[in-house]
Parts: sequence; structure tokens; C-alpha cells
Amino acid sequence: MLTAALRKELLLQWRTRGQFMAVFVFGATALLLFSFAVGPDAKTLRLFSAGFLWLGLLLSSTLTLAESFHSEMENRALEGLLLLPSNPLALYYGKALANWLQLMFLGVALVPIMVILYDAGTTNLLQLLGIIALGTAGLSAPGTLYAGMTAQVKAKQMLLPLLLFPLIVPALLASVKATSLVILGDPMNQAKAWIVLLAAFDVIYWSLCGLLYGRVVEE
Amino acid sequence: MQTSKTPYVILILGALLLLFGSYWGLSVAPAERYMGEVQRIMYVHVPTAWNWMLAVIFAFICAIAYLFTTNIKWDSRLEAALEVGVLLAFLLCCQGAIWAKPTWGVWWDWDPRLTSVAVLLMASLGIVALRNFVDDPRRRATWSAVATIIAAVDLPIVYYSVKWWNSLHQQQSTPQTVSSAFHLPLRVNGFGVLFVMIGFIMLRTRIAAMRLRNETAVPQHYEEAGELA
Repeated sequence: MLTAALRKELLLQWRTRGQFMAVFVFGATALLLFSFAVGPDAKTLRLFSAGFLWLGLLLSSTLTLAESFHSEMENRALEGLLLLPSNPLALYYGKALANWLQLMFLGVALVPIMVILYDAGTTNLLQLLGIIALGTAGLSAPGTLYAGMTAQVKAKQMLLPLLLFPLIVPALLASVKATSLVILGDPMNQAKAWIVLLAAFDVIYWSLCGLLYGRVVEE
Repeated sequence: MQTSKTPYVILILGALLLLFGSYWGLSVAPAERYMGEVQRIMYVHVPTAWNWMLAVIFAFICAIAYLFTTNIKWDSRLEAALEVGVLLAFLLCCQGAIWAKPTWGVWWDWDPRLTSVAVLLMASLGIVALRNFVDDPRRRATWSAVATIIAAVDLPIVYYSVKWWNSLHQQQSTPQTVSSAFHLPLRVNGFGVLFVMIGFIMLRTRIAAMRLRNETAVPQHYEEAGELA
């Protein structure tokens, strides 16, 4: 059931892949704009690069997450899905996994932009990828739940960030810290503690949001 | 229709306690040796902090109780606890800033407690905003309960992550950590704010229940025309 739900989401994403490009351009533009806020000093930009990457990713994620429920609202597709002999749990995890994959791709795609703009390269690519995977998982789990709520109300563009941003503070903090340590060097080996925190956040919210999703979509 | 006078009695009692405690704290209790007169803000700041935590715990309990019982009374209580919690968190940030400027030299500091209060204040405001945009009372109740649980679970994670990130705030004050000369006003104000908060929550719950009744009542002209088929 989960694989069917995931397959449906991935197919939908593939058929609307133009949207991914648009979100990517949005994120890249955000990264470009952040440098204007700080000024052209290469050293400062490099110092803040991890923070910029995650803020860019966070801002773009609201677009991806909101869009993921857009098609469900047309022709009351969500109600149709709930009438199928499946359960809301599979629908939630299918969507959350698909959003996670898309955000992960987005994060990976934004890394070269960050490297070029802020001179913030690293050779530790595997660790960077792991942090992006864990960080975007932290965005996707509560983000998918809140997108499912806000898609059904009038002021959706406004409410999703309002609900999501305060919540993901710990995930953002840990992702930025860990990414920063990977880029700028980690002599005290602190990155591990932040990665553990990030993983704990993911475990808590991937289970809690799955538990609560059934109540959010029920009639 | 509830029209009991209890909330008003509790509010007046709380206000009297606050008046007495604040008078004692401002003119009878001695000034603190190092911080001087600025320290006196502790008599309202610390009670506000205690009671804000109580309001958050109460909101969390209401949210869980609603999801288990689906009794709409818990939704009215949740609405009251959320809004009173927003008020207390806002006061807490203002009092903290007033105290921090002369003591630390800055209005704001990225300390775990400050940041957690600010994050939860924003999260509660988000839930209050959500409530304003959902028309169906059942949905509104379920969604705000879900969002409250998610935000409350976040609180300890925010606290510890910011604690690792940066720390400067002093140990939290309890009657055990402060000199006995400060006990009386601190305790009196603690109960003062507690009673005022309970009074507010009771009144706000009543208002929420009344609004809900109005909202769900069948409009009269529909009944007359018999259009509600």
C-alpha cells in the first residue's frame, strides 16, 4: 500500500517536473540575494554559507510542500483517496517520502550554487549528503502534515510557513551547525552530536506526524 | 448558560495578591546587592515564567483530551489556554528584555529559555491564526489539537538544541535559590499571577463556548424558510 502511494506521488512529481525547476531557481535566487545582505566579503560569506544554504532550502521547501497537496484539492481528489481501501497512514508516508526525496534533490542541487557563490567547498561529500538527507527529512515530516492541513483552508500560502517555521527551529539549528562544521572544518569533532540531534528530531516527528495524520484528514 | 461568578472572584483575588506582592517587592524587600533595583522585576518575571509553563502544560493536556474524547469543551479550553499562553509569553519576553538591557547590556540574548519562549510564542500565534481560518468547528478543534501537540513536543527539543548552541542566562530562580528576604513577594506574586491566569482562562473558555454555540446555531431565516434540507 505504501509503495503504491509512493509510486503515485513520484509519478505526479515526474509529470510536473517543471515545478521542480521553478523551485530550484527560486532557491538559487534566494542564495544569490543572501549575499547582497552580507556584502561581497568572501570570508564572511564562507562563514555564513551553511546558514544561507539551509534558509534557501527552507524557503523553497514551503513551495514544494504546499504544491504536493495542490493536486489533491482539485476535484476533491483527497476524499477519493480516503475512500479507497487504503489507510491514511500509507497516504501520509507516501507523500512525506516523496517530499523528502524531492527536497533532498533540491538540497543537493543547491550545493554547487553555494560552493560557487560563497567559495564554500568541502571534500567530505558523503557527510554533507547525510546531513542534507537528515535535515530535509526533518522538514518533510511536519511539513507534509501541515501542508495537508493548510491546503484545505483559505489562507494557505500564509499559514504553512507560520506553522512550520517555529517548529523546525531545532532541525534548522542542527543542520546549519553540522553543515557549517563540515565546510569550515571540525577539529573538536562536534558535528556528530548535531547529526544525532537531527536524527532524533527526525525519528520523533516521522512517528508523531504519522500517528496524527489520520485525525487531520478524517471527515 | 454558565453565569457563575467564580472566575471574577478568582480574578479579583489574583489582582489583590499581585498588588500586595508587588507593593512588598517594590518597597519592603531589600534591593539586591549586585543588580540593585533592577532585580525587583524578578517579582513579576519569575511568577510569569512559572505560570506560562503551567498554561503550556494545560494547553497540551486539553489537546490530548480533545483527541481522545472529541468533547468540544476541551477545544474551548484549549483556545483559552493558547491565548492566555500567548499573553504570558509576550509579557515574559518584554519583562526579560527590560531586565536584560541594564544587566547584560543587550535587549535580547540567544539563551535556551528565551529562545524557547520566543519559538513557542510564534508557534502558538500560528495556531491561533490557523483557528481563525478554519470555518468547520470540528476540523478547527482537531487541527489545533494536533498542532498544539506537535508544538509542545518541540519545546524540550528547542530548549536542549539552543542550550548546546549558546548559553548565558542565569539559573532559574526558585524560592530555594534566592535569599529568604525575597521569598514572600515572590510567592505572593506567584499565586497572584496564577489566580489571574485561571480567571482569564475560565472567562475565555466561556467566551469560546458561547461563540461556538452561536456559530453552530441554525440561522433563524433558514429555519423559517425550511431551506436546510
